Amino acid sequence: MRPTSGLEVVRAGSLTTVQDLGRPGYAHLGVPRSGALDTEAHALANRLLGNPADAATLETTLDGVALRAVGTVTVAVTGAPCPVRVAGRPAAWGAPVRVPNGAVLEVGAAAYGVRSHVAVRGGFAVPAVLGSRATDLLSGLGPPVLTAGTVLPVGRPWGPVAGADTLRVPAPPTELVLPVRPGPRADWFTEESVAALARGAYRVSSAGNRIGLRIEGGPALVRARGGELPSEGIVLGAVQVPPNGLPVVFLADHPVTGGYPVLGVVPHEALAGAAQARPGVAVRFVMVGP
Amino acid sequence: MTGAVRALPVGAEALLLEVDSAAEVAALHAEVLRRRAAGDPWLAGVRDVVPAARTVLIDGVAAPEALAARIAGWQVPPVAAGEGPEVTVPVRFDGPDLAEVAGRWGVAAGEVAGIVTGTPFRVAFCGFAPGFGYLTGLPERFHLPRRATPRTAVPAGSLALAGEYAGVYPRSSPGGWQLVGRTDAVLWDPGREPAALFAPGVRVRFVEAGA
Repeated sequence: MRPTSGLEVVRAGSLTTVQDLGRPGYAHLGVPRSGALDTEAHALANRLLGNPADAATLETTLDGVALRAVGTVTVAVTGAPCPVRVAGRPAAWGAPVRVPNGAVLEVGAAAYGVRSHVAVRGGFAVPAVLGSRATDLLSGLGPPVLTAGTVLPVGRPWGPVAGADTLRVPAPPTELVLPVRPGPRADWFTEESVAALARGAYRVSSAGNRIGLRIEGGPALVRARGGELPSEGIVLGAVQVPPNGLPVVFLADHPVTGGYPVLGVVPHEALAGAAQARPGVAVRFVMVGP
Repeated sequence: MTGAVRALPVGAEALLLEVDSAAEVAALHAEVLRRRAAGDPWLAGVRDVVPAARTVLIDGVAAPEALAARIAGWQVPPVAAGEGPEVTVPVRFDGPDLAEVAGRWGVAAGEVAGIVTGTPFRVAFCGFAPGFGYLTGLPERFHLPRRATPRTAVPAGSLALAGEYAGVYPRSSPGGWQLVGRTDAVLWDPGREPAALFAPGVRVRFVEAGA
């Protein structure tokens, strides 16, 4: 099916990728789940435009993206709050915005948070790989990271634009609280060091990416037992502890197996917050019931 | 199955099942797939079943604790030698580590090919990259250490050995395994059905290319 409209990348931003709900169900073949890190922002952007939840959107990183309309399109920007302009004029964030043929949609730098989502009515119709259009940075599946000049095809609209929705604009977080359900390898660490997690002055490291949220500062976890752990399956939100003792919270592009012990798992509901936490933000781990 | 299955909690909707050997993982993995295909209501909603070295991860479980209790009562038959699909992979045995591997095995370099082609392998699990399978089957006396210094780029199609495993690199990537040969077989093609030549449970026969 030939696309009737598209969006040409004018400014790609520091890291802009196509994302949807990812490709779960292929982990046994070594394929990461991938998909939007802030699934709430992705779903809201689609809902504003009458798209199904699995329509592909763009995920930006800190400094937004600029796109020129090929044919008139309707877009919505959600996630990290940011200035939105169409043809140089201010436009709404978190609402449907019409971009006339030839006009440039400018998604500016995030005021706070990290990742903004740009949805288009009809969805980004790049080819799907294993049922998903998501860019997977770990294994290289899906469309490449956006570069200037690329034209992204837009699919046919599903239904009418939904228009208004209930928008929750979160305040800038001063602290990222990560609930952790212990297991499967919590017993590989001393109880004292696990208890110290909740008191630790940890903060988000700048070394994080779509694979994992990295943590720095605070006390390192201490192993209660030595030895190597044979490779085992890893879930979204797993808190893996490499030999340096500083936890890594695995996000959407996480590997499917790993050889370091997993202390516990952060529930999915808390991962959108993790995806929007900037380097330097304080992190507190709260161990919750088994 | 000889040993017990230990079910470890993994968040709100997953279980890690731990056993004592690769053979028990194979049996348990096959049993989970059998029960899911048969519509076991306790496995409804399961997205991913991920075998690994000594574990099977089940992700997408509605009631992990209840499932753990049921698994304790499962009868898990061992996997029969001829069970599962088989693929034949032609290999040229000219890898840069052939001499070192032969030395560690105490055989002539020319005998490495015969040992590898004479071994019935089985894909125990995948990971590292899409389509990369960890193949078990090498007798213990042929298990090998990883290279002290990993290569920054291992060519796609390289047949490599490390620890108890053999594997073939689906694409060029860094790697520390011992390289004994190379194949033109396409290990991974997302446009093909199935995308992965090596999926867990697949039996693999290496043959000498052109022989």
